[in-house]
Amino acid sequence: MEKSKEWPLWEVFIRSKQGLNHKHVGSLRASDATMAIKNARDVYTRRSEGISIWVVPSNNITASDPNNEDSLFEPAQSKVYRHPTFYDVPDGISHM
Amino acid sequence: MEIDIKELEKNFQKKIDKDIRIEPNDWMPDAYRKTLIRQISQHAHSEVVGMLPEGNWITRAPNLRRKAVLLAKVQDEAGHGLYLYSAAETLGADREQTIDDLHSGKAKYSSIFNYPTLSWADMGAIGWLVDGAAIMNQVPLCRCSYGPYARAMVRVCKEESFHQRQGFEIMTKLAAGTQAQKEMAQDAFNRFWWPALMMFGPSDADSSHTEQSMNWKIKRHTNDELRQMFVDATVPQAELIGLTIPDKDLKWNEAKEGYDYGAINWDEFWQVVGGNGPCNKERVDARRKAKEDGKWVVEAAMAFAQKRSAKKSA
Repeated sequence: MEKSKEWPLWEVFIRSKQGLNHKHVGSLRASDATMAIKNARDVYTRRSEGISIWVVPSNNITASDPNNEDSLFEPAQSKVYRHPTFYDVPDGISHM
Repeated sequence: MEIDIKELEKNFQKKIDKDIRIEPNDWMPDAYRKTLIRQISQHAHSEVVGMLPEGNWITRAPNLRRKAVLLAKVQDEAGHGLYLYSAAETLGADREQTIDDLHSGKAKYSSIFNYPTLSWADMGAIGWLVDGAAIMNQVPLCRCSYGPYARAMVRVCKEESFHQRQGFEIMTKLAAGTQAQKEMAQDAFNRFWWPALMMFGPSDADSSHTEQSMNWKIKRHTNDELRQMFVDATVPQAELIGLTIPDKDLKWNEAKEGYDYGAINWDEFWQVVGGNGPCNKERVDARRKAKEDGKWVVEAAMAFAQKRSAKKSA
């Protein structure tokens, strides 16, 4: 059978309610952005999971390389002084 | 620098053992990738082919409520297929190729869908037993080591819980109805009980993939463990609504605190898996026809999108 021209892949992000971030929920194929939104509505919000949808062509996403995990994220681990728990607060001080 | 594959494999297994999920861009052994692509695409095919036996009854549902419920259920199965094809794609599988493999008979799907749906009671039996067995299988898959598969399973399980209940509700109503309705329910139960037990796959001794899949934490229970859980859960449900398990060897085993059940007809199982079930040809033909008949829509939508984006950039 002749191979049909495939629809591009889209990543779907849903805001579950006002005040929260859009969150990645999965992907789907659609011929254009309008169809991607409609399909995302049918596939990912059948049970009131969202009030707003973003779709992004998957090939427009640039991801960090998991092989560079150490060099990318290790510097954060050695800087414990960025957390409030690093500091001693004298007894009797509250609300700081 | 030459990266030692043994070292990579060791680190991979270490991650698995520590219950760290594997994500799409992480290094993984080829065999792990292959196993997952095979399992996830078969799972996707099962969801999609699974729409056919139930779609058969949508126009003949006994009332509007049942019809709306059945439509919603079948629509869910389509969505489940989509989540799973997407998960397979994260592993580098070509979606069209996996679908063509289904159509050529190279890829398998759950053998249960090769049985016909002869009466309305079959909608009850499928929801209760087939979805019940599927849930038994899928709940542990929510903890599968491969992130996208596990996340798809969480969604599927959340949605599927109504499927089993609506099936049991149909059976409960029929079993408490007229003599003819009760007989219809029992007949559906008789036909679907054994194929439902076969859904868990060959017994552990004959399951070629189990051990490796357990080591990789793709699978968390063996086929026989899951089958036993299903029998133990389902027998009291059948008793409650007054249906008889079609197994004269079924009896409670005090020592193992579970039911002993009769021998499964594995010849039948392998025949159906091998393509010789009552509806194999019909199911695959329907899928092939759907793709071929829908091809012009796929192409027209793509042409339309390209034309529009050309206009925009002009």
